[in-house]
Amino acid sequence: MKVILHHPRREMQVEGKRRVADLLRYLNLNPEAVLVIRGDQLLTKDMEVGEEDVVEVRPVVSGGERERRRAP
Amino acid sequence: MKCTICRGQAALEIRRHNAAFCAPHFLEFFERQVERAVRDQKMFTHENRVLVAVSGGKDSLALWDVLLRLNYRATGLYIHLGIGAYSEESRAKSVAFAQSRGADLIVVDLPQEHGMNVEELARNSGRVSCSACGLSKRYIFNKVAVDQGFDVVATGHNLDDEAAVLMGNLLHWQVEYLVRQAPVLPSTHPRMVRKVKPLYRIAEREAAAYAVLRGIDYIVEECPNSLGARSLLYKEALNMLEAQSPGTKQSLYWGFLEHMRPRLAAVQEGVTLRDCLHCGQPTTGEVCAFCKMTERAAARMRARLVRAQPASSGPPPEETVAAGVPAGDAVDPAAIAGEPIGLPSGPDDRA
Ligand code: SF4
Ligand SMILES: [Zn+2]
Ligand SMILES: [Zn+2]
Repeated sequence: MKVILHHPRREMQVEGKRRVADLLRYLNLNPEAVLVIRGDQLLTKDMEVGEEDVVEVRPVVSGGERERRRAP
Repeated sequence: MKCTICRGQAALEIRRHNAAFCAPHFLEFFERQVERAVRDQKMFTHENRVLVAVSGGKDSLALWDVLLRLNYRATGLYIHLGIGAYSEESRAKSVAFAQSRGADLIVVDLPQEHGMNVEELARNSGRVSCSACGLSKRYIFNKVAVDQGFDVVATGHNLDDEAAVLMGNLLHWQVEYLVRQAPVLPSTHPRMVRKVKPLYRIAEREAAAYAVLRGIDYIVEECPNSLGARSLLYKEALNMLEAQSPGTKQSLYWGFLEHMRPRLAAVQEGVTLRDCLHCGQPTTGEVCAFCKMTERAAARMRARLVRAQPASSGPPPEETVAAGVPAGDAVDPAAIAGEPIGLPSGPDDRA
């Protein structure tokens, strides 16, 4: 399957069909920090993605302003 | 996985609620949570004019979308910061969203109005970028709201943002920020608008899911200045806890609101605000932090230009003037009104 990743945006190939939870484990990503998207559908962790699929793993964590002051 | 309500295919699992929802039921859940936040915390009514701080990111666009759907009078405000491609793309997405919803969007162009983008403002005033950026955004949000008669400014801070700020404030015992951390920051001066965070009941992942399921085209890439921010580290730590123990973030932040807020509110001290001598906005000092920053930066820039010219032409270098401007600011009034300064005030401050 083709997997689209971000920060920076890039693509990779992952062999075989897998459950979403396994795919995220393989990519070493915390399921709390991403959404897995296929087309206009959100996939839950128990769903399976196949060889022919294109899935986007989109990070949801944002808002990292740098500290306005140095640490005390 | 099945939807808890209709047994259809689930789109999102919400472990902290022990639930999973299909797309339509998730959207319903989301709207209900926002509505409840607005009502429980008495943020605003359907009569009020709400100015939504829009950054082009998932949180602010999801917030704006849901407020429009709930028939609130919500206008967007986008501040163009001049941060390269990131700013260009986030502006384009904000404008496109406004057009698609037929909603009003006010755009303030920082470089155009103040002659400098965030980087130049930071460099010339001796601040780090995020400091110059945050100060400018808070100042402009408030000024536009007051000048144009809005009742309240709404930002897209979500549960994860607030939990991460809280964690930072606790780890470093930033007591003065703890005292002011709340989903509603009341107006403390006739020209200091009320600020609210209607997404404080919504996890970050839910805000992103809402945006995706509503087909909102938001900017996924981050501001280049956010790399390595400590708030991201706190979020990562909280997400590790959350993965093992669902509900951690909610329990941390909502628990704080329930158990600590009332006690802290009792000790909160009032500060006297007066009018900035230069721009009239409320401040604790004589001249507000924003005016000091922009004036200092402008003086430095002029001094550079003078030095770049042949010695005899033009007025004497103004370096001395610039150096005479004290580096320490008067306390930023927005900070007094409650925005924690040591840590991110959040994504949608991130305009
Ligand atoms: S990370 Fe946020 S606060 Fe910092 S410069 Fe970028 S937009 Fe501004
Ligand atoms: Zn359902
Ligand atoms: Zn001023």
